[in-house]
Amino acid sequence: MSEQAVASLAERVVPFDLGVPIIATRFLGATAAFACGEEMVALVGADGAATRVAVHGGAILCATGDARRIVTGGDDGRVVALDADGAIEVVATDAKRRWIDSVALHADGAVAWSAGKTVFVRTAKGDIKSLDVPSTPGGLAFAPRGFRLAIAHYNGVTLWFPNMAGTPEFWEWKGSHLAIGFSRDGKFLITAMHEPALHGWRVADQRHMRMSGYPSRVKSMDWSADGKWLATSGADELILWPFQSKDGPTGKPPVMLAAPNRSCVAALACHPAEEVVAAGYGDGTLRLVRVSDGAEIPVRAATAAGPDDASGAISALAWDARGQMLAFGCADGAAGLLKL
Amino acid sequence: MSDKIPVTVLTGYLGAGKTTLLNRILSEPHGRKYAVIVNEFGEIGIDNDLVIGADEEVFEMNNGCVCCTVRGDLVRIMGGLMRRKGKFDAIIVETTGLADPAPVAQTFFVDDDVRAHAALDAVVTVADAKWLSDRLKDAPEAKNQIAFADVIVLNKTDLVSADELAEVEGRIRAINPYARLIRAERCQVALADVLERRAFDLDRILEIEPGFLNTGDGHDHHGHDHGHDHDHDHNHDHGHGDGLKHYHDEDMQSLSLRADRPVDPARFMPWLQALVARDGKNILRCKGILSFKDDDERYVFQGVHMMLDGTHQRPWRDGEARESRVIFIGRDLPEQAIRDGFAACIAA
Repeated sequence: MSEQAVASLAERVVPFDLGVPIIATRFLGATAAFACGEEMVALVGADGAATRVAVHGGAILCATGDARRIVTGGDDGRVVALDADGAIEVVATDAKRRWIDSVALHADGAVAWSAGKTVFVRTAKGDIKSLDVPSTPGGLAFAPRGFRLAIAHYNGVTLWFPNMAGTPEFWEWKGSHLAIGFSRDGKFLITAMHEPALHGWRVADQRHMRMSGYPSRVKSMDWSADGKWLATSGADELILWPFQSKDGPTGKPPVMLAAPNRSCVAALACHPAEEVVAAGYGDGTLRLVRVSDGAEIPVRAATAAGPDDASGAISALAWDARGQMLAFGCADGAAGLLKL
Repeated sequence: MSDKIPVTVLTGYLGAGKTTLLNRILSEPHGRKYAVIVNEFGEIGIDNDLVIGADEEVFEMNNGCVCCTVRGDLVRIMGGLMRRKGKFDAIIVETTGLADPAPVAQTFFVDDDVRAHAALDAVVTVADAKWLSDRLKDAPEAKNQIAFADVIVLNKTDLVSADELAEVEGRIRAINPYARLIRAERCQVALADVLERRAFDLDRILEIEPGFLNTGDGHDHHGHDHGHDHDHDHNHDHGHGDGLKHYHDEDMQSLSLRADRPVDPARFMPWLQALVARDGKNILRCKGILSFKDDDERYVFQGVHMMLDGTHQRPWRDGEARESRVIFIGRDLPEQAIRDGFAACIAA
């Protein structure tokens, strides 16, 4: 990104409307894939032209992806992978057609998903493994190194090596754990809880850390490119927790960036190279925020009719691999591509 | 409010007839489409892609309050259903026969995402006319379900005598005099009496007056002269008079308070909050309409255990009696303390 001051990036946005709520987005090379709330994924080129691909026979409940494919789970009991060319692979169909509540991808190509209280892993070799956990998982995340899956559920997380016999570890912390993710170096495991707070464990010794003070539930979190910050949604400012030291944020306050907005941050994505965070708000506002000094550049103005109107909240954000394009999607189907 | 999806919670002890009612709701040509969250797949005889199996996963909120329990599976399922908003008109949540309705109701109070899209409509409890009296003695779950209800479908009335029916109705009323009581055989009830009742809607909380004798189709057609033959013998050996018996339940009571003079909000609100904070574990439901001093609008509130929700509802109408009414349903209610506390809130 250029260092010169830019008043607004709105003119560099190619807007389009998918007409249905958008739940997730990611770049597959130069193509932006938008997972919608029902049935389809839209593949959008740089010109904003969308190709709609039907992937599920009902609601799409969860989505993840890598540089090559977007993987979705639906209420039709299917786990589906889609590539930039529109080729569909059905990864799995649940035998009981249960809802697929969460999906995760490993760098080696393995896919994990959950249906009811059962977690499944399809390894890169194609073997299917499964594990029953005490309550329905709220989220899944592979550790960045090794072949280990973290499973968020009630009253803690389960850590499972799918390729090893042995009993999975259970790390207890009371409450309902939903979204889950490892730090980039794999030294910390963080969950977003049902109440407006995060919980963290230092992986080496399972030392607890609590990150609270949010006015609303944290639904979106991402690590800065250098792994030193955890950026989170849930407040009217952008909240970043410091993870520079071996103790993580223990005993340290978070950094609060960007002018308070009338609604909370709803979705965010850290730039893949620079210390810049794209922050989308409940009222449809989209800003780029620089971590070093909190400077912000508007990308999109609010669309909400009033402070309580979240119908057009930013619901999906993703940078391309080089950090030159940003894709955003909204709960009302509005979407766009920002070219830097 | 109007664009929120109404949610009916269907409870009832094992074998009371919940599934029969559910199958009727799903098969009758009423023109409404229901999404149904059930605890046992397969009991529903209707093929419907909007029937979802649930696991009744209850977790405690991490706020130190042991009665702040929430159905996490409902939060998740509601989130998924909202992806298909527009495909259905209302939601029915069936609970297991042994379930406590409180965590279900509380889910709709505490979860912001659920609240944004859906609103609790009513707790409907199906009760077995033949066996309920026994279950009220030996199954605390059955008593909870009666105490919690906005609508009680007293099913299988064809299997009991008139005396037995009077007895079971008396026992229900001893626990919950405020619910609408509907007699039924094989759950043959008008669905409009059960669904989309808006019992939790603060705009409609006015149906607070006990409909003591409202049964069957809702008309006062029984003509029992209640008031005589009070029986405070604590659940055993009631007489055989032809009037509606008044029973006293040993541990579940209701308490109705009223005041003709205005209430001081500066005293009432702290009192109510302190009351539910202290005794909320035992207070299953509370509701009220209040006439505050120097306030031309009615204030209404409702609560489930320790959770309260209240708002100014509308201006008092000309000629309308500005009377405050508050009810509590709960276990071992400290009746005198509540009466005294409320009396102390009446403005001088």
